[in-house]
Amino acid sequence: MLANKPFPPEGLQTKAQTRAAARLRGLSDRTIAWLFILPTIVLLLAINIFPLIWALRLSFTNFKSNMPSVPARNVGIDNYTDILTDEDIWYAMQVTARFVFWSVGLEVLLGFGLALLINRQFRGHSFWTTLILLPMMLSPAVVGNFWTFLLQPQTGLFNDIVGFFTGIPPNSFQMIGDVPLAPWTIVMVDAWMWTPYVMLICLAGLRSIPDYIYEAAEVDRASPWRQFWSITLPMTLPFLMLAILFRGIENFKMFDMVNLLTSGGPGSVTETVSITLKRAAFEKWRTGYSSALAIILFVVVFGAANIYVKALNRVKQR
Amino acid sequence: MTDLALQQSVVAASPRSKTFAAVVVIAYALIATLPIVWIIMTSFKTQEDAIAYPPVVVFHPSMEGYVNLFTIRSRQTPEFIASLPPAETWYDRDVRKRNMVIAGPSKVLPRFVNSLVIGFGSTFLAVFLGTLAAYAFSRFKVPLADDLLFFILSTRMMPPIAVAIPIYLMYRTLGLADSYLGMIVLYTAVNVSLAVWLLKGFIDEIPREYEEAALVDGYTRLQAFVKVVLPQAITGIAATAIFCLIFAWNEYAFALLLTSGDAQTMPPFIPFIIGEGGQDWPAVAAATTLFVLPILIFTVVLRKHLLRGITFGAVRK
Repeated sequence: MLANKPFPPEGLQTKAQTRAAARLRGLSDRTIAWLFILPTIVLLLAINIFPLIWALRLSFTNFKSNMPSVPARNVGIDNYTDILTDEDIWYAMQVTARFVFWSVGLEVLLGFGLALLINRQFRGHSFWTTLILLPMMLSPAVVGNFWTFLLQPQTGLFNDIVGFFTGIPPNSFQMIGDVPLAPWTIVMVDAWMWTPYVMLICLAGLRSIPDYIYEAAEVDRASPWRQFWSITLPMTLPFLMLAILFRGIENFKMFDMVNLLTSGGPGSVTETVSITLKRAAFEKWRTGYSSALAIILFVVVFGAANIYVKALNRVKQR
Repeated sequence: MTDLALQQSVVAASPRSKTFAAVVVIAYALIATLPIVWIIMTSFKTQEDAIAYPPVVVFHPSMEGYVNLFTIRSRQTPEFIASLPPAETWYDRDVRKRNMVIAGPSKVLPRFVNSLVIGFGSTFLAVFLGTLAAYAFSRFKVPLADDLLFFILSTRMMPPIAVAIPIYLMYRTLGLADSYLGMIVLYTAVNVSLAVWLLKGFIDEIPREYEEAALVDGYTRLQAFVKVVLPQAITGIAATAIFCLIFAWNEYAFALLLTSGDAQTMPPFIPFIIGEGGQDWPAVAAATTLFVLPILIFTVVLRKHLLRGITFGAVRK
């Protein structure tokens, strides 16, 4: 639309002059910059930082939010020492760590493998890629809910298919109800949902490798195996790290999918830290104690987020 | 890409390896979509077919799930039903066949409306604020810009349950619990970080020369922003809006803890759709299908921008 406008003679003005002219005619750039940024910052301060400070204050008290009339007593760092010496919390941490390790590991294996295959650009690959991407856009809560249906013993599709291929009677095992199986169930559903995420990022990494590097390797008669280890993997690694970090953070705070799939059970073998936190805060109403746990999670996620942003910037420079 | 394949360059995959890749990827795609297809199929089954053992693949399609989803029914004696005037609508007839009469609409429609109002409201605000901030970060030298951008992104990374404890207390004090305003403000705060990062990426790609030319033409900064940059950024704004909408639409943790009735959205509602004796799976599947269908369509529409969306604009292709 601007291209049609004739340029006035002062079209060769320097940037500084333009800016000076603009300043005379309207708001200064600096004013506009702050006017544009401040609403966002104020909103984030009000909805994120203010509550965070509130939680920090509560974490040093024994406040219970179902009894707001009982005055909160200052208990110092008791909540923190309680949490760090509580076996249940450490068990939840272990459940979470195992979940993060196996789910992200499986997603990386499947996602990277699929990306390598899709990168061979067979006919119709973009259609099938879109199909593979669908699960990751769904609501984790709805996913957790409908997988409980698929995983019903007897009537569920999953048990029936497993039974069909292995001969194990479909009603002889419960993916959600059996203690040894439940932790693998949440890993499996998470991998179903998030493998596409890792795949998509790996695909971008693979496509960022210029062809001439492979051509040079071909000239040097490097074997495909050697090409993979010396070119493909190292050059995709920054992208892979990005995917691993983000999935790691997301699964560390996993709540919705697991809450609806197993709600932490049977017993507490799938109780991730977020579910423990929800129970302490909204079922036992130990607000002070759970605020302390929330602060601990904040610190962990904040540290991880810092590393993630560094990884993001590294990929951006490519 | 096609040129490359035609030339049979050394880097292009051989036909055999392509076939192998195609077989594995297609097999994975079919297995991965099976659960979604199964849920959509279940929404057209009767209660008996839905929980049949072994699971049935071929069945007579029925609207029972959808009828159950949208209505509350009461069981009546056949004599009572025979004494009623003839049923006027197809869903009345469907319900009476099962010895029931419709007692009224269910809560699902208000929940759907809540999801729409909160989703669109928060998306509009997040994109509005995000566009302004992204433009400022993209075009002006903002002091501490990197730190501010990190701060903005880090708020999105926070565990929702941890944030929910003080928000719950805050909203209870302010009277915002279980209200549209409270949920819209909350989702806006979560989405604005994504909006700023994504839109900054899109605006960075618009050449500065356009605006500079406009400034020279006598436009003020604001005019140049509105008349030059915004039209150029419209695709990016639309893609960002869809990402924000999908987040708000899918969000569960905050909705579960902060809403219970008036402002409850679909995700915490769907698992509690129950019929006589346990979960009414066809109705749950019907709700899931209606809830998920827009997302599936948006995913296909967004395909090109998906990568940007999930990496906060850092990876573009």
